[in-house]
Amino acid sequence: MDNKQHTELLVGLFMLTGIIAITFLALRMGDIGLFDNDHYIIKAKFTSASGLKQGAYVEMAGVPVGKVKDIIFDPEDFLAVVDISVPTNITIPDDSIASIRTAGIIGDKFIKISPGGSDQYVEPGNEIIETEPSVNLEELISKYIFESGD
Amino acid sequence: MNETSKKTIIDVKGLNAFYGDRQILSDISLEIIENEIMVIMGHSGSGKSTLLRHVLGLNRPVSGSIKILDQEITTLDHYALYELRKKIGVAFQNGAMFSSMNLLENVELPLHEHTRLDKNTIRIMARLKLELMDLGDNESLMPSELSGGMLKRAGLARAVVMDPNILFFDEPSAGLDPVTSAELDDLILQLRDAMNMTIVVVTHELESAFKIADRITVIDKGKQIMTGNKEEIKDSDDPRIINMLQRRAANETINADDYLNKLTRN
Amino acid sequence: MDTAKTLFLSTIDYQIKRLGLSGIFLYRTFYQIFTPPYLLEPLLKQLAFIGARSLLVIVVAGLFVGMVIALQFYDTLVRFGSVSLLGSAVGLSLIRELGPVLTALMIIGRAGSAMCAEIGIMRVDNQIDALECMAIDPYRYLFSPRILAGVISVPLLTAIFIVVGIFGGYFVGVILFGVSPGSYFQNMSDTVLNRDIIMGFSKSLVFGLLIVWIACDKGFNMHLDRRGIYGSEGVSRITTEAVVLSSIAILFSDYLLSALIL
Repeated sequence: MDNKQHTELLVGLFMLTGIIAITFLALRMGDIGLFDNDHYIIKAKFTSASGLKQGAYVEMAGVPVGKVKDIIFDPEDFLAVVDISVPTNITIPDDSIASIRTAGIIGDKFIKISPGGSDQYVEPGNEIIETEPSVNLEELISKYIFESGD
Repeated sequence: MNETSKKTIIDVKGLNAFYGDRQILSDISLEIIENEIMVIMGHSGSGKSTLLRHVLGLNRPVSGSIKILDQEITTLDHYALYELRKKIGVAFQNGAMFSSMNLLENVELPLHEHTRLDKNTIRIMARLKLELMDLGDNESLMPSELSGGMLKRAGLARAVVMDPNILFFDEPSAGLDPVTSAELDDLILQLRDAMNMTIVVVTHELESAFKIADRITVIDKGKQIMTGNKEEIKDSDDPRIINMLQRRAANETINADDYLNKLTRN
Repeated sequence: MDTAKTLFLSTIDYQIKRLGLSGIFLYRTFYQIFTPPYLLEPLLKQLAFIGARSLLVIVVAGLFVGMVIALQFYDTLVRFGSVSLLGSAVGLSLIRELGPVLTALMIIGRAGSAMCAEIGIMRVDNQIDALECMAIDPYRYLFSPRILAGVISVPLLTAIFIVVGIFGGYFVGVILFGVSPGSYFQNMSDTVLNRDIIMGFSKSLVFGLLIVWIACDKGFNMHLDRRGIYGSEGVSRITTEAVVLSSIAILFSDYLLSALIL
């Protein structure tokens, strides 16, 4: 094998490794994977989305089922509108309750969806009507004291 | 040689050059005509290499004009300068071969860059020039494996591979033994006769200068002392030229006070 | 007092002109990059030099960096009982900061210094003058392949560094300390946003450009240095300066880019 072919082989291997690494990062870590089309978006309006971040996860029964895609402020009725991305194989009853919760006391905020009993499901692009806003730490503590005193 | 019928190839007028505040060349005027070998002589530090760099357009002069093939190079933009340089070959003192390529690749480089010939033709043309310089058997060696004389010849091969009209050669005999240096002189004469080139050689070697030169320009301390053919130089009564010809250090009259001050300065 | 002032002013004047020279250098190199015909062979050579031959170093460095940050984060997170966040911590710090910066610093040491010395020696040995005299534009022949190779190689090497680092962290976190493998990766991919990857990627792009630019410019313009340095001592001095300057430029631009994208 002559010198030039040797160089070509080396560069080829290097580029290949680099491209594999980039692909790994993009597909494994990025928000938009190759399989993004098997997700659908539903909306939920909260009186406060304080502390909730883009990319936060969405849980049902303690299992992550989706991610927060976007959070915007609705200037008409002063609410936070949260876009939630959910895999197509998961359907959510339209009387479910979406609430913003905290993992542990100082952990990240996430959205918990408590499924309802309706046989109507939330269509892509529609919203979950019933929501519970972010609870701040003070409320949480007072609630804890109240419940323990019961 | 009937000089009037030949046209002027290089025309330098009133050239002044500085490095910082130091004046290196003052008021140099030089005409080099077609098919002659002009030798620029002077001991080291005389400014002869600086003159060469200015004529090649590597440095820009403070004032003066330099015309090569009727083009004023001091005002040319770099595209036009590159076009002009395709007609010029330059052999550097140490060869200036690219250390990452072997000899053949070095010589092929200008052809690859400036012509659309196919690889085999380029190879043949490069080998032809290497043969001419007696380097045919060494084409696959790297520059680091070559001796000083071989490097100079390789540099010459690369300089003439485009068949330039003008060839510049910086110090062909510096650092070489007398035999190798004489061989190079023969090569230069051959090139002029065989390829019809105008050749400018910068050197400090008397012997080789008188062997190859049609005309000689003597430069000392940045000043042009005289330009003329060999006989005119030999017959010159300028003390600096006489000193140079007799290989004697210049005896300048020294003022005792100045000398003492010079030695005792802080 | 007056001499100090003139010295100060002349230094400012010189440095501004020097910066202008570097700007012209970059402009002319980019002009050549976007002007056909393209030189494939020198590009390939430089890709091999900057990229392929740095692969092993980057893999080894990435592995150990990933391992050590996993170790450190594990030790910290275990105090808060949030070991499940290990994946996010390792992933985020590698993708946003450590990957691009450490890769760039390694490439400065491995390729930037060598490149600066090579160009410097070409300048000292008149090889650059020879190129000019052969009517071969050094910006086209020497620098456009190098800059291009830097801009291609460094992001690729950074990606490799990050991925190897993530697996190094996986080894320490999951295999040595028993963090659950699912939570390591799940957590990481949940926290890492596109923005983080874009940040890391654009940093490495800028770093690649900076490394090659500084190295080549220092070597190419060494004869214009006002200290009048030349010869082998000049090359060694200019190489040291190029390494120091490009390291600082990378750390400085790292801050700027982080502040800009965050």
